[in-house]
Amino acid sequence: MSDLNLKALYQEIILDHNRNPRNFKKMDDASCSVDGYNPLCGDHYTIFLKLDHDIIREISFQGSGCAISKASASVMSTVLKGKTRAEAEEWFEKFHHLVRGESNSGGSMDELGKLAAFAGVSEFPARVKCAILPWHTMKNALEEKKETVSTE
Amino acid sequence: MKTTGIMTKQTVFSLPLNQIRKDFPILSTNVHGKPLVYLDNAASAQKPLPVIDAIRRYYLTEHSNVHRGVHYLSERATGKYEAARSTVKKFLNADSEREIIFVRGATEAINLVAATFGRVNVQAGDEVLITELEHHSNIVPWQMLCEEKNALLRVAPINDRGEVILEEFDRLLSKKTKIAAISHVSNALGTVNPVKHMIEMAHRKGIPVLVDGAQAVPHMRIDVRDLDADFYVFSSHKVFGPTGIGILYGKAGFLESMPPYQGGGDMIKSVTFEKTIFNDLPYKFEAGTPDIAGAVGLAAAIDYINLFDWHVVEQHEQELLRHAQEKLAAISGLHIIGEAAEKAGVVSFIMDGIHPHDIGTILDQDGIAIRTGHHCAQPVMKRYGIPATARASFAFYNTREEIEALVKGVLNVKEIFGHV
Ligand SMILES: Cc1ncc(COP(=O)(O)O)c(C=O)c1O
Repeated sequence: MSDLNLKALYQEIILDHNRNPRNFKKMDDASCSVDGYNPLCGDHYTIFLKLDHDIIREISFQGSGCAISKASASVMSTVLKGKTRAEAEEWFEKFHHLVRGESNSGGSMDELGKLAAFAGVSEFPARVKCAILPWHTMKNALEEKKETVSTE
Repeated sequence: MKTTGIMTKQTVFSLPLNQIRKDFPILSTNVHGKPLVYLDNAASAQKPLPVIDAIRRYYLTEHSNVHRGVHYLSERATGKYEAARSTVKKFLNADSEREIIFVRGATEAINLVAATFGRVNVQAGDEVLITELEHHSNIVPWQMLCEEKNALLRVAPINDRGEVILEEFDRLLSKKTKIAAISHVSNALGTVNPVKHMIEMAHRKGIPVLVDGAQAVPHMRIDVRDLDADFYVFSSHKVFGPTGIGILYGKAGFLESMPPYQGGGDMIKSVTFEKTIFNDLPYKFEAGTPDIAGAVGLAAAIDYINLFDWHVVEQHEQELLRHAQEKLAAISGLHIIGEAAEKAGVVSFIMDGIHPHDIGTILDQDGIAIRTGHHCAQPVMKRYGIPATARASFAFYNTREEIEALVKGVLNVKEIFGHV
């Protein structure tokens, strides 16, 4: 039972993104960047976004943390590239439901694609916050940008 | 009163672990379908039946408020509470019960000293000296004090093995130093500081010393008079007693000169709206209704560990430590953090390419409880340039088999991460 849970948590795709994180770099010409920090774990990431009107043209990240948080940031960066702001927020909701094990995950596993690999996190309540940290950071980055735009 | 545990006082040369473990019912439980292997004792130790039963008995038949009523139960509760103080006094080999203050734990004890002794004695331009391996609870109260007073917090550095550099400690004890606060044993690294020697160094310059004994008390015999510690603090829950209670030992001379910490009932002799006359020691520092059941539980815990010969306990724990360090160090890609010549039952380690949290989660699925993170000692993590470690910490009820389970679990971590 517990070994199965572990296999579900540490899927190959997660281990792979942990070992070789995608878009793992600083972005010098980012439209916005936000730090995300989990004081309990010490997980610490910076998410960089380059926005073109409503579209996320580029997304990258830097930082350190456990396999779950790092893979989550990496997979997120591949999923959100080219998406609109509204789409990114939709994905945020879907991911939230998924890792919290809420049944209305807003789509079938097929639809979730690579993100489905994180379904196993829901069996590990202490690790949900690891998976969610990069997504929250991304959302803050988006919202900050919104504020900046609205004050212009 | 009949004791409820299996263990009775006996002269032994090795610990009767099977019997001891029966006295700690939680050790026989399962976690995720596997027998619990509890190696997070530095965070909090488990409780033996005599402690659990003493608290239960107290609430069933002996409870009322203390120092207040003339009725039977109040006297009974007061008697138990004060008897607990005597037990602690003997445990620490203090001079008098007046020097034993019940507080919530090590954290509150340090805050008490910082807020009373510190507030009176530390002024602008003065210094407080701590070491680089302190727990946050022996950093932050002093930092707050120094900020308020415009004083300077000085930090004695550690070497790569995790030992305080004594020459530096001595050098930093200056004319301006008003108090030194040092831990007896590091919770993150396991280092045992030569506190007796460090206290001598400070006393030669007339500087009082507070010793944070939170991690020492479960592992060694403490004699505050032999150490000549001016203040010594610990938490009950790390020494097999209940949470919510702990001890501040202070030399009577210091305690008498210090203002009270909190105001309220019990800490006064008389109150008028014009003036309050404070109570004598130790009550001056015990405002309000205390954790009476906690004190009773702590005394039961001390009675319990006093059943054992400390030499035998220390020998067993050192054996566990040696075995764990040897086995873990042999795993490629695993690095032990903290290699002091003198250590108490703590092994902190990191693994190449695997974050401590992932280690913790995987071990947990095997029923193995360790701590992962910064262990409330972020400056120690910074010293080693790492965000966190995995930490196994032992108590006298742990076994060699549990170390084997830990080692097997760590190998499984490597396998899952494909680092075989
Ligand atoms: C060395 C040290 N000091 C102080 C404390 C604080 O103890 P408590 O949280 O029980 O007040 C701890 C607990 O982890 C500790 O390990």
